[in-house]
Parts: sequence; structure tokens; C-alpha cells
Amino acid sequence: MTDERPAAAPARPARGTGSARDGWIRRAPLLPALIFAIIVTQLPFLVTIYYSLQSWNLVRPGSQSFVGLDNYATVFTDSQFRGVALNSVLLTVGAVIFAMILGLLFALLLDRQFFGRGFVRTLLITPFLITPVAGALLWKTVLFDPTYGLINFVLSPFGAGQTDWVSSFPLTSVMIALIWQWTPFMMLLTLAGLQSQPSDVLEAARVDGAGSFAIFREVTLPHLRRFIELGVVLGAIYLVNTFDTIYMMTQGGPGTASANLPFYIYQRAFLGFDIGQSAAMGVVVVVATIVVSTFALRLIFRSFSGAEETS
Amino acid sequence: MAEQTLSSPAGSASGTPDADPPRITPKKPRRTGNVLLGVLAWVVGIGFFFPILWMVLTAFKQEADAYTSPPTLFFTPTLAQFEEVFSSGIGPYLLNSVFATLMSTVLVILLATPAAYAVSLRPVKKTQDVLFFFISTKMLPVVAAIVPIYVVVNYIGMLDNIWTLVVLYTAMNLPIAVWMMRSFFQEVPKELLEAASMDGASLFRSLREVVLPVVSPGMAATALICVIFSWNEFFFAVNLTASQAATVPVFLVGFITSEGLYFAKLCAAATMAALPVVIAGWVAQNKLVQGLSFGAVK
Repeated sequence: MTDERPAAAPARPARGTGSARDGWIRRAPLLPALIFAIIVTQLPFLVTIYYSLQSWNLVRPGSQSFVGLDNYATVFTDSQFRGVALNSVLLTVGAVIFAMILGLLFALLLDRQFFGRGFVRTLLITPFLITPVAGALLWKTVLFDPTYGLINFVLSPFGAGQTDWVSSFPLTSVMIALIWQWTPFMMLLTLAGLQSQPSDVLEAARVDGAGSFAIFREVTLPHLRRFIELGVVLGAIYLVNTFDTIYMMTQGGPGTASANLPFYIYQRAFLGFDIGQSAAMGVVVVVATIVVSTFALRLIFRSFSGAEETS
Repeated sequence: MAEQTLSSPAGSASGTPDADPPRITPKKPRRTGNVLLGVLAWVVGIGFFFPILWMVLTAFKQEADAYTSPPTLFFTPTLAQFEEVFSSGIGPYLLNSVFATLMSTVLVILLATPAAYAVSLRPVKKTQDVLFFFISTKMLPVVAAIVPIYVVVNYIGMLDNIWTLVVLYTAMNLPIAVWMMRSFFQEVPKELLEAASMDGASLFRSLREVVLPVVSPGMAATALICVIFSWNEFFFAVNLTASQAATVPVFLVGFITSEGLYFAKLCAAATMAALPVVIAGWVAQNKLVQGLSFGAVK
């Protein structure tokens, strides 16, 4: 190995330049990823801000002009936008909470020895692997179809008629599909947490005569906390951006009853061709997300520094 | 890279996963309660999986058997629906999906590995800031960037080009990959590295002989998760591609518009769209757990 020379030799002579150079050598491996991320993910946002100050509709070529904050004024007086924002919050929070509760329960069921455990785990993680478009299609047709759907068939002994679930309860239907899809993710994370519990602590608690529920509340839950936080934050990151399920199941309708912000902005940009408006909405969403995520990031950071201590 | 992911942990797929040695020492055979909970786990598992099972069953039905109320459970299986899906041209879409998924995953690993190495083994000041930056790019909703991305991609003539998706999927998965890989790099024993450099091993050699063996399982886990997210991605694909570069999820949507709502045929198409990633995830289940828990589970 002769290629060690150039790397090792220059570090020796002058200490001042050497350490600066060393700093750059240390930083160098980071740069490609960093530069790539900045170009592809950050520049578009800057451009979005610029577009949001323009009146620009693709249908009318040459209509581009600077309008200052007009687009923002329109966004904030748009009652549909407010409704859609509320949908976004409901969908994200609802799906995260229910998926986490179910995921935790399933993880508790799996965290024990029983026949066919690996197989049951395989069954349970599958909804997370299924292409969301296919999953949404499955819910819309095979399960929720008013005449041939399984849900109505299963409920028919209880007097359910031919309810058209997707048109009657569009937002709830979408949320159910999302919960189904994200429960496995939450389950895997909490299961990971359960299995990383130090067994001696559990054993000690049991020797001390603590009951199962007391052990769960006093030992297991605090231990699980950072796994739950991680699941909530990561799940929320992906669920806020939900697009495919809505596109497939309801197209945001009826009206905007089941549209969330990504879908609404998509409609404005790609069906309404209103670049200025949709950019302004994008900026509003980003600002709102930054506010929420500063809080969330703090959580995730604490989770991770905790993870390092124990691992 | 994905091949490795698919094949390496095959042994531990369905049997007892190696992640769970019997933790709680001699446990008295706990009565019927335990059995009941085991049964409950089975019921929950089958119930949760049932929609997918039904989808696969329906895919093997004739349309007449798919449209019945009450649903048909016994039928003569047929491959007719799959043949129809193939003849309606899913092929190029599958190829696009495979290309975008594998290429972006390779790129992510190539970019994330040195980055994770830098932030975990040779940290400089501001490492925390950099990590914070990476994850924060994930927090920004994609939809806010789609308009300029569309305009730029259109301007440089890259609409409906598979490389556009490759670049975007790489950016989409990079932050998570850096975070995951970082947690795996942190397990590299620093003494070993120092010993290697003391022995005069080059950086490249110590990377290959000391670091790589420790982090490669984590790398595979990270790659698997990138594969899942890229394969399933829909938003960029539907907005930035048309006939040339469209991926499988886009095919599925177009299939409904062109073929109408024929349950059996749709189920066949959906099954084929989902199958590759589902199998990858099943086979490499432990990798999935390892990756998603950011290395907290070995």
C-alpha cells in the first residue's frame, strides 16, 4: 500500500497549516452529501420564496409579474386553504396516534414466546411494505366498495347496508388506510424498544414482587419513551407529506373534504397552473412545519443522544 | 447492493429471528393466559394481513368471481389477470422502477457512507449542526419544492427522464441514510482504528479492513429502507414523468383510468406492483428492524 504516503506526509511539517488542512481532510468525506443535499433540497425552497412573490399562471404566458405579498394575502383569506390545513393536522395527528397505540399493543403481543411468532411478525409488517398506491387501491375497492367490499360484508350481520364508506366518510377512510399502513412501522420501533430492555432490571422488578402492570408502567414505558418519540416524529414527517393515498382513494374530494395541504397545493399547481399561489402556500406550509419541527427535532435529538448512552 | 440485502439474512426470515434470545430466564409455564395471548396475536396478525391476502386471492380470480356478494372464497385459480396486466405493458414501468430504485440506492450509499464516517468517527466541530441540517431537510414538506423543481426540470429538458427521479430519490433518502449509517459507524471500535493506523495501515486499508466489516450489516439495512421508499414513491413520479420514465405506482394509477374498475385485474396489477418490495422486506426482516430502530437493535 503506497497510497498512504500522500495522506500521512503533509500533516507533519508546519503545525498551523497542518491542523487546518487536517480539518478539511476530516470534513471532506462529508462534503459530497452536504453539497448534494443543499442543491437538491434547499435551492428549490429559495426559488419557491421567489415565485411566491410573483403573479404567475402558466395558462397565461407572459403573465409573470412581481406582486409582493398579494399571494400570501390570498392564501390567508382562502377558507378552503384553512379547511385543508385543518384536514392535514387531523390526518397526521390522528394517524400517528392511532398507529402508535395499535403498534404498541401489537408489539406487546409479539414480545413473548409463542408458536409461529416470526410468521405473525411477518404478517404484521406487510402493510408497511405494500406500495401505498396499491394499498390505497386495495382499501378503496376490495374493502370499502359499497356492494362488493369486504367491510360491508363483514358488517352485514350487524345491519350495515350498502354504505359507501369512501364518499360518506372520505377523511376517515383515508385515515384508516394510513393507520393500517403505518401501524407496522410503529410496531417495529416499539418492538425494538421492548427487546432492548435490560432483562436484569425486569427480573429485579419481578423479584421485588411487582405486578405485570406495575412493571409495564414503571419500567417498560419509561424505557420505551424514546422509541415512541422516534416513531411519532418519523411517522409525522412522512404522514404530513401524504399524497398517494389521497390521490388514489378520494382525489381530495368531495370538494376539498379529504384534501390535505400537499394534495391541495398539487391541485393548484398542476391542475390550476397557478405557480405564484401554490408557491405561497408552500412557503406557509414550510414556515408552519419549521415551527412544529423545531420542537420535534429537539425530541428526536434527545432520543438519539439517549440511544448512544445505552448502546 | 440490493442483491446482498435480499439474500444475506435469508436464513432468519421466518423462523425465530436472531434478535431475540430468550430473555427472561426460567419462566414457569404460565397457564392458559399465555396461550390465549398467543392466539390473540395470531388473530390480530391474520386480520391485519387479510386485506393483502384477499388482494392476492382476487388477483387469481375470474372477474365474475371477483364481483360477487357475498364474496367467493372457493374458485378455480387463473393466471388470466396477470397475463392481461403484462400485455397492457407493465414491463417498461417495472424496468423504470428497478432502475430508479437501485441507482438512487447506490448513490445514497455512496454519498452517505463517507458522510456518516465523517460525523461519527472523525467528528469535527459543528458535526451536530450538520446532522441537524440533514434531518431538517426531511422536515420540509416536498410539496413546497415541487413547483420550482418542475420548472427547473422542464427548463433543462429533463421532464420524463428517469435520471430526474434518481436524483430526487437520492436526495429524499439521503438524510435518513446519513442518520442510520451514523449509528452503525458509532459501533466501530476506535481502538481498532488507532491500532491500524499505528501499524501504518493506510486510511483506505483501515477503512476496508476495520470499518467495513463492522458497518456492512448496517449498510445493508440502510439500503433496504432506501429501496422500499424509492420503489413506493409516487409524488415525484406522477408529477415529473409521463410515458417514458413512469414507474410502477404511476402505471397502477393509469391502469385504473384506462381499464376501469375491474377488481381482479386491478388486484393482479397491485400485487405485481407491491410484490418485489414485499418480498425484499420479508426476507430481510431483521435488517428492516435494525435500520428503522437506527441501530438500537442489533
